[in-house]
Amino acid sequence: MKLSKLSALAVTTALCAPSAFAEEMANELTLVSWGGAYENSQHKAYVEPYLAANPDVKITWSQSAAEAVAKIRAMNEAGNVTWDLVDVVASDSMRLCDEGLAEELDHDGILAAAPDGTSATDDFGDLIVSDCFVPQIVYSTTFGYRTDLIDQPDTVCAIFDTEKYPGKRSLQKRPIDNMEWALYCDGVAKDDIYDVLGTDEGVAQALAKLDTIKDDVVWWTAGAETPQLLADGEVVMGSTFNGRLFSAIAEQGQPIGMLWDMQSFDLDGWIIPAGLPADRRARVLDFLKFATDTQRLADQAKYISYGPARASSAPLVGKHADLGIDMAPHMPTDPANASNVHVYDYEWWADNRDDLDAKFQAWLAK
Amino acid sequence: MTDISQSGPVLAADGTPLKRSLARALRLQKMRALLLIAPLLLFILLTFILPVADMLYRSVDNRIVQDVLPRTVQALEDWDPASNQLPEEAAFAALAADLKEAANAKTHTKVAKRLNYENPGMASVFRKSGRKIKKWDVENDGPYRERLIDLNKGWGDVELWKTIKTYSGIRTSGYFLNAVDMQLGADGAEMRPENERIYNTMLIRTMRMSLIITFSCILLGYPVAWLLANLPASKANLLLILVLLPFWTSLLVRTSAWKILLQQQGVINDTLVWIGLVDDANRLVLINNELGTIIAMTHILLPFMILPMYSVMQTINPTYMRAAKSMGATDWTAFWRVYFPQSVPGIGAGSILVFILAVGYYITPALVGGTKGTFISNLIAYHISTSGNWGLGAALGAILLAVVLLLYWVYDKIVGIDNVKLG
Repeated sequence: MKLSKLSALAVTTALCAPSAFAEEMANELTLVSWGGAYENSQHKAYVEPYLAANPDVKITWSQSAAEAVAKIRAMNEAGNVTWDLVDVVASDSMRLCDEGLAEELDHDGILAAAPDGTSATDDFGDLIVSDCFVPQIVYSTTFGYRTDLIDQPDTVCAIFDTEKYPGKRSLQKRPIDNMEWALYCDGVAKDDIYDVLGTDEGVAQALAKLDTIKDDVVWWTAGAETPQLLADGEVVMGSTFNGRLFSAIAEQGQPIGMLWDMQSFDLDGWIIPAGLPADRRARVLDFLKFATDTQRLADQAKYISYGPARASSAPLVGKHADLGIDMAPHMPTDPANASNVHVYDYEWWADNRDDLDAKFQAWLAK
Repeated sequence: MTDISQSGPVLAADGTPLKRSLARALRLQKMRALLLIAPLLLFILLTFILPVADMLYRSVDNRIVQDVLPRTVQALEDWDPASNQLPEEAAFAALAADLKEAANAKTHTKVAKRLNYENPGMASVFRKSGRKIKKWDVENDGPYRERLIDLNKGWGDVELWKTIKTYSGIRTSGYFLNAVDMQLGADGAEMRPENERIYNTMLIRTMRMSLIITFSCILLGYPVAWLLANLPASKANLLLILVLLPFWTSLLVRTSAWKILLQQQGVINDTLVWIGLVDDANRLVLINNELGTIIAMTHILLPFMILPMYSVMQTINPTYMRAAKSMGATDWTAFWRVYFPQSVPGIGAGSILVFILAVGYYITPALVGGTKGTFISNLIAYHISTSGNWGLGAALGAILLAVVLLLYWVYDKIVGIDNVKLG
């Protein structure tokens, strides 16, 4: 490992030598994202216009965002970071930043200000959850249900009501969100959820509530599963990312309805892996400034129903690029959808994830 | 060989010991053979053995605590955790110095992550203190105990200090204990609370289901291999292609196909409902459980069973069966007493292949296994790529490797590894 680090260093120095004088930029850029409709929206909104302005640049996509933390850690240990800009969820950005695997950024120094002059930090506001994170979108994990198979549910607790809404439901195979929904539907006040979940009795209470529907749950790991299970009629309701449900409903015309109650907000954004050579870093910063400006983030919403992370982008959100429908009502942040939301506590989960995972997995295996 | 046969007698006539010249010739031969396989050997060493060894070492590696908190570890040497008293002021001073240095180098979160596996909640104490301590002039600003506890009240918890002391060695048994549902308690190793035990269950389940899959493969594969070996060549070739065809199809495609077939609104259930064998309201649950994993994996691993059996059966001389029958044996006796024993080496080879492949499978169980049909390899994959607990993943992997080697040894004792043939 020492050897590879040394040789990587040698290569880095060789690459940096010419760029020491002028800010020379590498012409290749490797972006990491999640594939599917989401990556497509990034390609259309950021990459295509960027390539039009910079025809010499070659941009490659990699669909490894789900394993980003493990892979960046492995690359870092091997001393050979091949990624330039990585799309991760908020909690992953905190982990990478904590471990020194992502670069800490001066948001106002490197990002574009809003058109009215508001600084980037103010424009993104609270969504900059870690020093390494440049937010792009707000998405939510929420429920879809078959409009033709069950009555319209109006609360998230419908997932626990197998009498009124018979049939299977799909839930993500992890404790996050599910434990909170279980406690909420077991009568715990929204503000107390994390206090209760912090005790052994609270965990037992949440698992006991989930126990009542254990035989009726299909557990998913990939975001595409719930829309497929709903389309097949395998489940009558299920949680997934709201953008996936939007494509199933609006683009594919499936008989699926959205249940926004207690939707769980999360963020997606960019991080720059630590230790990039100067020329590649310069290119990344150039692209990042362009790709996260007000107009680009608003443009992305033409292709997918995720809310832009900049406050200044919201008024610019227009119509769907192909369908021509208004996108604003399909955003998780739209006031009509966000009347009762669950604010997922990244910090709490960062501390307790290992512990709860062990209990959750043990419960699943029983 | 020709060298030896020519030079051997000459040397013997010379009076030079035949043994020595023979040994020299053999040595040369061995050298040549070694040189020929050297590229492969080197390749395996660099791309397989070293990485596996490196990964396995992670299951006991605990250098991070001493690397990041050297002064604290030293200061805690004299402290008696059984006293249930907070350590002396010196330990707090050492910790403040270590923490400040670590926070600047951003290593404090790494040690926090390590200790958080053993005592959940410690990560946030380290992380929050690390953020604040950067502004603190720790060289000459006491009293450290009050100031640290003021920084984060977590430092006033004796349990936290106990965890640091318990896990201050450069090697740890923590990951291995966790991998068998145990933990280091006050009086040495003890079982984890009931609601956190999972790995033993998963290991036993993995072994049990792999055995079931291996036996299903034998049952389904044996007649096919027999047909392949006994049909005329033209028909056998066609059949062989049918066996190999799924082999050439992507694993994901085959697994997804099983999903479509087995699910409750899937092809099999639809057909059964249409025939009237199954009531529409009570469709069979064939997927997202053990059954789903067993069906899909038996199908996927079947070629690994059929091919070794087929190549062994091909070498069985058909005249033996005829001889047995001519001496009055019934069809069954001839098969059971004459044919079957000769085909056992093929079953052995196929079973080892299928069993070892099955034990390490994780894609298929993850897709069709739901919660009851997943294997321990799914948890290893989870710890390597999602939770980031590589130490625990490595420990689970090491245990799995040891169990497979043990079973291999048992197999050697019972059936005999010489009794395994691939053709």
